[in-house]
Amino acid sequence: MTTLQPYTSLDRDIHPPYLHESYKATIKRSPQKPLVPLRQTLSDLTGPVYGEDALRPLDNDLSSNAAVNGEPLGERIIVTGRMLDDTGRPVRNALIEIWQANAAGRYAHIIDQHPAPLDPNFLGAGRCLTDSNGEYRFISIKPGAYPWRNHENAWRPAHIHFSVFGSAFLSRLVTQMYFPGDPLLALDPIYNSIPDEKARQRLISNYAHDVTWPDWALGYRFDIVVCGPQQTPFES
Amino acid sequence: MPNQTPSQTIGPFFHYVMPRGEEGILTTDRTLGQRITLTGRLLDGDGNPISDGFIEIWQADSQGYFNHPTDPNQRKADKSFRGFGRCSTNKDGEFWFKTVKPGPVEWEAGMMQAPHISVRVFARGMLNYTTTRLYFSDEPANDIDPVLNSLPEPERKRTLIATLQRSEDLPCYCFDIHLQGEDETVFFSS
Repeated sequence: MTTLQPYTSLDRDIHPPYLHESYKATIKRSPQKPLVPLRQTLSDLTGPVYGEDALRPLDNDLSSNAAVNGEPLGERIIVTGRMLDDTGRPVRNALIEIWQANAAGRYAHIIDQHPAPLDPNFLGAGRCLTDSNGEYRFISIKPGAYPWRNHENAWRPAHIHFSVFGSAFLSRLVTQMYFPGDPLLALDPIYNSIPDEKARQRLISNYAHDVTWPDWALGYRFDIVVCGPQQTPFES
Repeated sequence: MPNQTPSQTIGPFFHYVMPRGEEGILTTDRTLGQRITLTGRLLDGDGNPISDGFIEIWQADSQGYFNHPTDPNQRKADKSFRGFGRCSTNKDGEFWFKTVKPGPVEWEAGMMQAPHISVRVFARGMLNYTTTRLYFSDEPANDIDPVLNSLPEPERKRTLIATLQRSEDLPCYCFDIHLQGEDETVFFSS
């Protein structure tokens, strides 16, 4: 038998609890019994492998991948960063999928009834693979805030949904990226479900002037850290 | 060392992650092994169907191998089987997969696990995913499986076992997932 390299586990002090009562939908959808510890075997230390065949041209450019007769409205942005595991190694060839509302705060989705305009040139979906350094890059439009029904006068801060596949099934992560300086963050029960303030702030992208393209788009940096193989002293 | 990025809910608008349609069919004409279908419902604490849930599965091929570099037997793995599928739930909370019955995967030297599929649940109202396992009701190896037989509450074993349904088509296993309540599914942490 080959000895398998164990992975780090989800740090439950960093991730939100299942039940966060001010986010009302958690009340009936949160498991109530304790999680049962499961030994890591090949069943979880493996995972889907993606390659360039998972991508089409423009998949990482939301500002043009659904254009019909012009450019989408709104503030053009570049979102870039690195995907690392929590021992600091880059995660290569990892699939990142994003989805978001348009500049007016409306999703091009049948169940979104917010009376803000759809944009015929914007869908709000993209994907890419990280490169050999763990880096990824999307071009998009800054999403708008939008109302939701959780409580009176509830508004979600502007955000981009991220779904990432790390090197194994154990390193899966789905999260949301926020924008700096958003006054709605302090009022948002989803963002504030994360107990630790520093952990919370890691979901806020940084404005990056070195990423900003002159005369064209504002740059934001957002690094993503997922579970990965534990460090061993024998590793090079 | 960098700290982990916290999870947030997948929300109700995740259908964008499947731009090329549903990904619930894991087999092609060339895939080896016994075809099966999996169906089930995702239910909340009142027993109501969750119509905006998202289920992912990950499994070994029909011989128990993974086409992944961590598997020392990767070269033997079925190259026409990715092992990963995902499906959104419908208005009745139902999900559906077509796949093959997985082979056994090693637990430790000289000891195998009963055939199983890893299942991950996402939904609006879930701030993080949950992970469970699907086992097969007609599988004799369940009786000696190290996970099924070491649960802290042994009577909850039934929540992990998909029931073989009468079917004239492919063998169909039914696996309901209860997020809460008397029948709450066993969820794991690794």
